[in-house]
Amino acid sequence: MATYSTNEFKNGLKLMIDGYPCNIIENELVKPGKGQAFNRVKLRNLKTGRVLEKTFKSGETVEGADVMDTDMQYLYTDGEAWYFMDPNTFEQVGADETAVGDNLKWLKEQDMCVVTLWNGVPIAITPPNFVVLEITETDPGLRGDTSGGGGKPATCNTGAVVRVPLFIEIGEMIKVDTRTGEYVGRDKG
Amino acid sequence: MMEWQPTASIETIKSRARLLAKLRAFFAEKDILEVQTPVLSHAGNTEPTIESFVTAQHENSAHTIQPSFLNTSPEFAMKRLLAAGCGSIYQTTPVFRQDEQGKKHNPEFTLLEWYHLDFDHHALMGEVNAFIRFVAEDFITLERSQFFSYQDAMVTFAGVDPFTASVAELSTASVKAGIDVVGLDNIDNDHTRDNWLDLLMSQVVEKNLPLNCPVFIYDYPVSQAALAKIRAGSPSVAERFELYINGIELANGFHELSDADEQAERFHQDQLKRKHSGQVGIPADYHLIAALKHGMPDCAGVAVGLDRLLMVLTGAEHINEVLTFPFDRA
Repeated sequence: MATYSTNEFKNGLKLMIDGYPCNIIENELVKPGKGQAFNRVKLRNLKTGRVLEKTFKSGETVEGADVMDTDMQYLYTDGEAWYFMDPNTFEQVGADETAVGDNLKWLKEQDMCVVTLWNGVPIAITPPNFVVLEITETDPGLRGDTSGGGGKPATCNTGAVVRVPLFIEIGEMIKVDTRTGEYVGRDKG
Repeated sequence: MMEWQPTASIETIKSRARLLAKLRAFFAEKDILEVQTPVLSHAGNTEPTIESFVTAQHENSAHTIQPSFLNTSPEFAMKRLLAAGCGSIYQTTPVFRQDEQGKKHNPEFTLLEWYHLDFDHHALMGEVNAFIRFVAEDFITLERSQFFSYQDAMVTFAGVDPFTASVAELSTASVKAGIDVVGLDNIDNDHTRDNWLDLLMSQVVEKNLPLNCPVFIYDYPVSQAALAKIRAGSPSVAERFELYINGIELANGFHELSDADEQAERFHQDQLKRKHSGQVGIPADYHLIAALKHGMPDCAGVAVGLDRLLMVLTGAEHINEVLTFPFDRA
């Protein structure tokens, strides 16, 4: 794997830090007029999502991380792993529970997700920004109330619990923003 | 689309003009002479922590010319003027440093450099303070200026004595301050020591300095003398100072070294350090050595980063807000 010098540091560069693949999210040069330069760097650990701060003496080199974001289709789960397929090569990978994490509740078969692969192994899953889910459980709808005010919890077919307007009923399809977890609207499709 | 527009607002472009007008009024009143020296020079800056831009000759050039250097500072030429008998002088000039780009850095920036005859660094700190307050009055309100020796600043804000602490203790102080550093070792020598001190100064002390007032730090470790006179004592110190406002380094000043042999020796030490860390050698400025041999009057000098000063005066967060065209658009 390539190594990178601090003067190649920029947002998005993926590096191996303390044995973990990390992504630079902020890089600032700190240099006294007469003195040693440093790069103050904020990184996100791509495995754990934790943000860390490191200061590098300028000129240091760091090993790059073989991390790739790939668009893949979610196929199924056998309870232990969640399987994704590259629609171009038909290659399949299984992501474990740590990689899937909280995003489990947005995974719907056949949806296209971004799978982050480190040395070919999935370490994180990013679901589509919007998913369409079916309501499997919620309090009875209040007919005629289309104001959307108030709202109630509703459980979806993937297990996600979303706050929906009072008029939504079991069996309806709704569109949800996975970045905020919020109800966007009824799916008319 | 080509980003042809300036990154500074029209209002900030006008603020710069106002700053320059005030600056000239200040020096006119003090009877300090404005001068202009070359930007392109046959000699470069030997300092290991600064990299010069070097020119390349075009292929069809009729004459062979040696690589030339864009100034990283006008100090050498200005000292030659002092030796020639110009009296106290100042200038504003663009300077160039490679690999320096960020929130507070642009590879080309503007320095205000001035020299006052018969001043030591304390007298010049007083004049810099008066200057800052004079130019700031149109822009912002500053509280009372504060003065710390380098030792006091380190003890107060980083909890460590820079003159007695071991390298291991400096490293512990950094860890205590929450700094997770990569690339500094614990070998006890001047070079490593200075790196740790620079780390503590730039990451810990700067962040804890009092706000909304000029803060002067003076009397640096001898190993960080650069071009300052050294005052013998226990410990001996370099008669150097820096000015900070809101944690931004704005100025660096010296009671200027005037001894030709000592200057030649410091150039030589710089070259050895450069060689040791695998950097290219830089032709030192022997015109300066010759001028010092002739004799340069006792004086103190200071370089003020004008772009950063304008940042402080206008409340800018990024240097690009005060530059018409930062390097990426230049």
